[in-house]
Amino acid sequence: MAMRMLQVKLLRNLWQLKGQAAAIATVVAGGVAMFIMSFTVLQALRATQEAFYAQYHFADVFADVRRAPVSLERIADIPGIQQVEGRIVAPVNVRLEGFNEPITGRAVSLPDGGTGELNQIYLSAGQLPQAFSSDQVVISEAFAEAHKLRPGDKISAVIRGRMQALTIVGLALSPEYIYQIQPGAMVPDYQRYCILWLNHSALEAAFDMEGAFNTLSAQVAADTQVADIIERLDLQLKNWGALGAYDRSQQTSHMFLKQELDQLQVMATVMPAIFLGVAAFLLNVVAARLIRTQRDQIAILKAFGYSNIAIGRHYLTLVLLIALIGVVLGVAAGRELAVGLGGLYQEYYRFPWLLLELRLPTVASATAVTLAAALLGTLKAVYSAVSIAPAEAMRPEPPAIFGRTLLERAGFHKMHAPARMVLRNLERQPAKTLLSITGIAMSVAILIVSGFQKDAINYMIRVQFSLAEKQSATVQFFETESARAQFELASLPGVDYVEPLRNAPVVLRNGQWEYRTAIRALPENSQLNRILDKKLRQIPLRDGGLFLSDYLAKHLRLQVGDKVRVEFLDGARRQLDLPIAATIEDYVGLNAYMTIDSLSLYRPEKQAMEGALLTIVADQEKQVKDALLKIPQIAGVNFRSDIMESFRRTMDETLLTFTFFSVLLAGSIAFAVVYNNARIAFAERARELASLRVLGFSQAEVARILIGEILMLTLAAIPFGFILGYGFAAMIALGLQTEIYRVPLILSPSTFATAALVVVVATVLSTFIVIKKLRGLDMLRALKSAE
Amino acid sequence: MTDYAAEKAVFRARGIERVYHMGDAEIRALRGVDLDLWAGEFVVLLGASGSGKSTLLNILGGLDKATAGELWYRGQNLTLADDAQLTLFRRRSVGFVFQFYNLIPSLTALENVQIVTEIVDQPMAPLEALRLVNLYERRDHFPAQLSGGEQQRVAIARAIAKNPAVLLCDEPTGALDSKTGILVLDVLEKINRELGTTTIVITHNATIANMADRVVRIGDGRIQDIQRNSHKQAPRELSW
Ligand SMILES: Nc1ncnc2c1ncn2[C@@H]1O[C@H](COP(=O)(O)OP(=O)(O)OP(=O)(O)O)[C@@H](O)[C@H]1O
Ligand SMILES: [Mg+2]
Repeated sequence: MAMRMLQVKLLRNLWQLKGQAAAIATVVAGGVAMFIMSFTVLQALRATQEAFYAQYHFADVFADVRRAPVSLERIADIPGIQQVEGRIVAPVNVRLEGFNEPITGRAVSLPDGGTGELNQIYLSAGQLPQAFSSDQVVISEAFAEAHKLRPGDKISAVIRGRMQALTIVGLALSPEYIYQIQPGAMVPDYQRYCILWLNHSALEAAFDMEGAFNTLSAQVAADTQVADIIERLDLQLKNWGALGAYDRSQQTSHMFLKQELDQLQVMATVMPAIFLGVAAFLLNVVAARLIRTQRDQIAILKAFGYSNIAIGRHYLTLVLLIALIGVVLGVAAGRELAVGLGGLYQEYYRFPWLLLELRLPTVASATAVTLAAALLGTLKAVYSAVSIAPAEAMRPEPPAIFGRTLLERAGFHKMHAPARMVLRNLERQPAKTLLSITGIAMSVAILIVSGFQKDAINYMIRVQFSLAEKQSATVQFFETESARAQFELASLPGVDYVEPLRNAPVVLRNGQWEYRTAIRALPENSQLNRILDKKLRQIPLRDGGLFLSDYLAKHLRLQVGDKVRVEFLDGARRQLDLPIAATIEDYVGLNAYMTIDSLSLYRPEKQAMEGALLTIVADQEKQVKDALLKIPQIAGVNFRSDIMESFRRTMDETLLTFTFFSVLLAGSIAFAVVYNNARIAFAERARELASLRVLGFSQAEVARILIGEILMLTLAAIPFGFILGYGFAAMIALGLQTEIYRVPLILSPSTFATAALVVVVATVLSTFIVIKKLRGLDMLRALKSAE
Repeated sequence: MTDYAAEKAVFRARGIERVYHMGDAEIRALRGVDLDLWAGEFVVLLGASGSGKSTLLNILGGLDKATAGELWYRGQNLTLADDAQLTLFRRRSVGFVFQFYNLIPSLTALENVQIVTEIVDQPMAPLEALRLVNLYERRDHFPAQLSGGEQQRVAIARAIAKNPAVLLCDEPTGALDSKTGILVLDVLEKINRELGTTTIVITHNATIANMADRVVRIGDGRIQDIQRNSHKQAPRELSW
């Protein structure tokens, strides 16, 4: 019987508290949704990657050679190698009717009439080229989608200077090209990069590779040391112009995918941890306050003879019920958001399918964290409520400190009594006030964190494209061109200025630490490709040393002045020790620079330029583009404007969607926190305010007192939230340092302003709701009984 | 709507009814009250619990509105007043004292008085009001630092500090022992006598009726009878 009445009370309480309960549930739901969304998408991407790799036999080791005979028996004999395949892979230029822009292509051979054993393709439409056909091609689905191409459509490829018409017979995806990024780009540009799968026989003929291959892929047994195999491969391929074998970690698509997923992992760990942590904290605070307002009721229940355990269970059920509603809402919302976000990522990571599922451990851990926080907050509050004598508890809680408030002492004593009430109420219960402020500050902080990525990316774009890269376009040649090419480019109408560019594939080594990259060689004091120091000042490039990305120097455990071993992978494969002249501040890639003169000195056997940087006269970009298209020696041209555009688009569509979702969740948490705070202030002051109404205070005057208190809390919380948000952002920035991106800790004033605006708007709206409640305040009710 | 009688009476109530609706049930707290209260009077309201005393007092003080009937305050028809007018009426003309004091816990005794004097036109000096209730010395204490009787006297100081025309007290001694109660009543009597404030006091204690000019008995939502005391006793002479 006794428990039945408690259950009735439980339901009534829940109903009375519905506004607050909804707010608490929203906070919980926001945190849980963030957690579920991030982890579900991350797990989906990882699981899909693994499945795609396994089912389509993505190779473990790769090696590029100049030209090797097809006989691979000796390589297949290397212990640990299970499967080996030679292919022809070569850069081509693609032409598309109606799209007058340079398109970089990559031709990949397929064994005539089949897909081969390794790096198999997934046909999403159409079929494979017929054996021995030379004009049938399967193209990457992403490129086809970008240009709305279907099997049966035609494209042309410029292969070694000869234009060849090709018929599309199929669209495909490949574990080798999940992340399709063209050389020199930072993000995929599916309009301007295309993979073309052609018959081996067709490419043999086109590239003059009869009976040979230039790319080798191998699958190794699970228990083998990949490093040993790489060493043996290098030995065997040495005579065929090998650039050195490498494992998956150097394979472009895999490398980008891995780092993107690692970054996502950071975001998917840190962000939900912050969100869920904040939600748990708020739940804890709110539960404790809820119970404090029920102090007198607890005392009366105790006076009736209810045991502490019965009372504890009662309140625990109440809070857990509210938290559970939040968890259920959060899981549902998180799943929906995950589906949306997953679909979006699939645009960029070209998987044939996505293994997206809501996993029990994910849901269970979100639930466990939430319920534990609810439990802790409630138990603490219930304990303090039941541990005082009923008679004591029936009286109102005494104010903690008596006396004048700090502000009054500081000379604000001329204040009106209502203003004094507000200040004293806040100052007398510093713990409570502090918790309220912390709650609001945390919602400000998560709003700031949500805006952080956008700010950092905008900053990176600004530094990269307006301070570092001054060239309008970067040209890459098929074969190394003689220095004359520079003057030919410069003579094109519209071209303003040309700087040569050279690349040298190397391994940089310092003892056990090594990194495989290409040194970018530029003229002394290059005006186009500027290298910057920490303060974003240009470092003049000069002879006699290497200029390394700061992150790369740290990775190699080297400082300015130290020597690094440079192993050239081409030419005569020289090895020499070079000093580090300076470390540079860049956010994308791990880069090594030196002057062209130095490179000529260290690698004298290869004297040519692999590419060039151009500036173009304003308004002449179109003409230059057309002119460059006609030069067959050019393998690829990247225009800065296109790169910037695709970079922005990628960021907008992937990262910023994540950001948008988190702003949405942070915003609802902020609203819930502020609203809940206002409701509590109202509940705690209701009796006092009713007394004032009786004394003849008008609605507006009483409202002003309440608004004063609510507003003061918000205003005090905002600067605190700024600091907290900055701290959270620093945490994330630290986690986002990778080889591909180093995210600078940049927060724009507008992010701070937005965060502040959201809580201020939330405060104003909550105040309106509370004022409406104030209108319905029953003056008589408040006067009937003691507090 | 004014007439001569209404001008003379401080309150003139005619056929006041108050019905509470609790779901389908109706509670008729007042069933037609006719009452005139005159300037400077000290009136005690007696009646059984639930008879409608508080309801009547709240309607007189503008805290509640009658369901039916008419109520005039010095010729102003309060039945027609809206919330803003009632607020102004309370602010200008009425002082309340309640059984549970209803002081603001975060303000000192003096500040609890000031909170009222700040919003009215011609208030008493707050310290003067405290002196009247003999609490000048305790002016800087917070409610939690005062005894029940002292808190009630602060409440009275707060009520009279605005120089109200009427003082409405609902069981002002209900929570106090007899000695403290008499101290509080003494203050009420002094204010009535010295300031001429029309004072209405609800009580369950028939002895207190002896200090009134008139005693109004309420039963079952109606006035049962009104009795005029030929001899008013001073509070000090009372004992219970
Ligand atoms: N808000 C309310 N809702 C419903 N009924 C009410 C309400 N307030 C008072 N009543 C009813 O109106 C009647 C009169 O109540 P009132 O408070 O005026 O009595 P009272 O004479 O002051 O009693 P007491 O001496 O116990 O204070 C009672 O029956 C009471 O139950
Ligand atoms: Mg009563």
